[in-house]
Formats: sequence, structure tokens, C-alpha cells
Amino acid sequence: MEIISSTAVDLSRMVVSGEISAREVAQTFLDRIAKIDPQIHAFLHVDPRWTLSLADAVDAKRAAGKRLGPLAGVPVALKDILCTRGVPTTCGSRILENFVPPYSSTCVEKLLAADAVFVGKANMDEFAMGSSTENSAFGPTANPWDPSRIPGGSSGGSAASVAARMATLAVGSDTGGSIRQPAALCGVVGLKPTYGRVSRYGLVAFASSLDQIGPFASNVRDAARVLGVIAGHDPLDSTSIPAEVDDYEAALGDMKGVRVGVPREYFTEGLDGEVEARVRAALSVLEGLGARIVEVTLPHTPYAVATYYIVATAEASSNLARYDGVHYGYRRPGTSDIIELYCKTRESGFGAEVKRRIMLGTFVLSSGFYDAYYLKGLKVRRLIKDDFDAAFKTVDVIAGPTSPTAAFKMGEKVEDPLSMYLCDIFTISANLAGIPAVSVPCGFTSGGLPVGLQFTGKVLDERTLLSVAAAYEAATKFPTIPEALSWKEARG
Amino acid sequence: MDLATVEYVARLSRVALSPEELQLFAGQLSKVLDYITQLNALDTGDVTALAQAVEITNVLRDDVARESLEPSEAVANAPEKIGHFYKVPAVLE
Repeated sequence: MEIISSTAVDLSRMVVSGEISAREVAQTFLDRIAKIDPQIHAFLHVDPRWTLSLADAVDAKRAAGKRLGPLAGVPVALKDILCTRGVPTTCGSRILENFVPPYSSTCVEKLLAADAVFVGKANMDEFAMGSSTENSAFGPTANPWDPSRIPGGSSGGSAASVAARMATLAVGSDTGGSIRQPAALCGVVGLKPTYGRVSRYGLVAFASSLDQIGPFASNVRDAARVLGVIAGHDPLDSTSIPAEVDDYEAALGDMKGVRVGVPREYFTEGLDGEVEARVRAALSVLEGLGARIVEVTLPHTPYAVATYYIVATAEASSNLARYDGVHYGYRRPGTSDIIELYCKTRESGFGAEVKRRIMLGTFVLSSGFYDAYYLKGLKVRRLIKDDFDAAFKTVDVIAGPTSPTAAFKMGEKVEDPLSMYLCDIFTISANLAGIPAVSVPCGFTSGGLPVGLQFTGKVLDERTLLSVAAAYEAATKFPTIPEALSWKEARG
Repeated sequence: MDLATVEYVARLSRVALSPEELQLFAGQLSKVLDYITQLNALDTGDVTALAQAVEITNVLRDDVARESLEPSEAVANAPEKIGHFYKVPAVLE
């Protein structure tokens, strides 16, 4: 139990000192996954031979007297959107069901270089399109706090794996909230770094101007450590930022003189009353820590979801054109001409949400509609970014709810795509503006469901962002392991 | 979006749809488009489009050859192939 509940920082220290072996840690987590995951379905692919071979390599490195990395022996779940050489990468889609990448993403290479140990590939909404993980072609993931509810999405498997401690850390991707919203709904920490801070090379593309990789952890310091490992310029991603990587752990917990902006537009109709109460209580805690709470305005907030569903779908329609049944992935048998091959392959290979978004994106880019939709969307995107630039002239971070509600029931929003899209109303703006944001646990609803508090920061100022988040966390210490729920009997 | 538009967009998207999906998507996409139309309330006449938030331009690197995939690795995931070539239905008569 001690290994299971340890932080990544503690685990890596114990592995470095030789107190425990990486193999022992890996085996403990593999056993736990075997027991618990049948009830949660956080993973799409677990291969004990792969995991143990990675752990053995860490132990061998130590035995050879070599210096171990900052994630030595730490079990990490990888969202199944990150390419892993020789290990299946499905992106939650039938069309990639049999895809085995011939190379690994930069992020995966960096985690390996830091001596992390991968415990599996985590479930997700197909092509990261969704807010509940119900759009996975391989079945949904359950929320560890209440298995009748969704874990959020699209990185639902990653969030659930950390919440249920089937992994100490996870890595996911966030295009409109896909790290922060599931982190909030599963009661863990989830960070979306500045756009371009982490290389997207080897991340299966959804919306290239919005996609960003980031960590899930049980605490802020662990998340800061992962960011320090995966951040940095990469010649293989021309949008990655050529800036030095900060020491994110050094400044943690300093709250002195920090100005926290609270946007009045975030406390409106649609925000659940219990979520609002928890977030307002969190703001009082921040004030008690010495933060100055300042009301700010982000006037274009109500237009963020509409803007996102133009920009993201347009980019997706282009990115997903590569799934043609020719180069890799699924091919529909029995077609006789090339156009029919494309159309039928994509009919069988993609799920409903992916088809809807490809079509919406194709529509907003199509002749006659480009100016009215796509160009209009790009212009409003500028206005949304300008809102943040103005607000950050007077504050250091912005605080508010991560998600308008706690975890909802499975099936509740499946028939109504628009209601699902509105789950991301508070997270989408950070992607459109390219700025970093983190969700941290801020308590529970009366029904025992986790609520998330979101901090948003300035471009490349993850240090301040994480520092404030750590100060808040240290002052509250909400439980992050769902002890009281039905899956606990399986722990043995 | 009427049925004809959904059919047209599906064709542009290279996605075949069943009659049931056509009906379903027509309703759902119409609702999303109605929602998106609220952007028309904003005057964006003087606003410059923003395609990427962290605006990095003209990224160049040295044109140096480096190790890459073997041809057999590059085509290993192809659903049908002949040697190192992708196999598709005939596109020329």
C-alpha cells in the first residue's frame, strides 16, 4: 500500500537509493491493474513483459553505477494517443486498431530517458474528441469515485488510472480541456502547459494549433517534475518554443503578493451551485494565504465554445484526411475503386463523433462558407487572446472552476453533442490563447464527487502557475484516493 | 443543415453515411451550427485573424540527411502491400 500511495518524488528517491527496486514497484502496479482495472477500464493495452523490461532496465542501470533520472522507476500511464515504438497505439479508434508505430513520440523518449516505467496505454475518446471517454471505440472508462459516472475526457483513462492509483503518473493531451476536465472530475492534478512548451512530435494530431501534452499526478510537485522532464524545444516540432526549461519545483508554494484574477464571466448560469460554492471557498483560502483577489473581465468567454468548434474541427478535418485505408490502419474489404475505398473505410473505421467533427470542419472550410465561419472563428480567437493579455496586465494568475459540473452519469449527454461540448466552457479559452492552465482538487460535492479549481497563467509562466497551485494544495490537502467506493474490495 | 448539404459535406469529407446517420447528423450539426452563429453578434471588421496563439514564424533547420525508417518498417502497417509498395484499387484504366 505504501508503494501504491507514494508520490512520484518519493518513489523515485526510494528507487535511486535502492530501498526498493523498479521491478518491485512495477510488479505492484501491474498486480493492482489486474485487480482493479476490470471495474474501471482505464487501460486499452497492458503488457507486463513491456513494463517489466523497462523496470529491469532501470534496475540494471543502477546496478551498473549509472546515475538515474528524475522519474526513476515511477509507473506512468500513457494516453493511447502517444506513439510508442513497437507498442500498439490506437487513439481509441477502430481505424488504428492494429497500428504499431515504427517510432516513439519525443515525449515518450524523454520520459524513458528520465527512467520512467510505462504501465500501459490509457483509454480515451476516439481521436481525443469528447469530454467523457464514452467515444472510445473500445468501451468507456468508469470514474473511480463512482463507477456509474464518466471520468471526463478525452484523457479519461489517464485521469482514472492516477485516481485509482493504477499509475503514479499519467500523460495525456489537451486540445480544449482534455487533461484539466478529467483531472477535475477524477480528483487529481492535471496540467496543460503553454502551447509549444512540450513537443507534439509523435502525438497523433487532432487540432494542431491547440493540441498540447501534459501530466496527471496526485499532487502539484509530481506534475511539476514531469513538466521539467517533457518540456523543451524539439527540432522535430517546428511549433515547439526554443526557450530554456525552468526549474518548476524550485519555486513551489510561494504565494507572497500574488494577484489572483477572478473573471466575472465564469460565475454565471450553467455553473452548478455546489461547484460554485467549492470554488468560492477556495478563493477565500487563497486570500487567507496572502493572495490579492482581483475581479477581472474576459468579455469574450461566452464565444469560446463556438470559436473552438470552428477552429478545432477545421484542423481535425485536415489532420484526419490521412486515414485513407492505404498507408496504415484499417481498410474496408471488398471495394472496387479508390474513392469508394476511402469513403467506406472511413465509414466503418470512424465513430459518430469523429464523423460529425470531420464534417463540421469540412463545412466551415468549404467554398462559400470559409469567410463566414472559419475566418470569423480565427478573428474571435484573436479577441479571446486579447482578453487574457489585458487581464494579465493586472494579475499574475486567473482562478475559476475547471468544469461547470462534477462527473455526470454515463449516457447522460451522448445523444446531445452540443451539451457535451459545453462541458469545456471554462477550459477551451486557454487552448485558443495558447496559455498554460492547471486543475487542482478543491473539495467534493455533497454526493462525494471531486470538484476542480483551475488556475490559468501567462505564456511560459508555468512556474508561477504551479507555485500558486502548490500553495493552495498545501493549505487544503483533500484526499485524492477514493477509499470509500465499491472497487476498494478488489484491493485485497 | 439540410439533407442535401449533409450529403455534399460527407462526400467532400470522403465519409460514406447510412440513411439513418444522414438524418441524425443533419439534426445534430444544425443545432451546433445554430450555436456557432452567435459569433455573428461580434463586429470583427478590424480584427486580424489568429491562426496560432504563440506566433512563431519562419522556422528553419539545416538540411542534413539523418537516419530514418527502413522501407519495410515504413510500410509495415499498410493493410495491403506488394513488396515496399502500397496496394490500391486501379486508378487508371
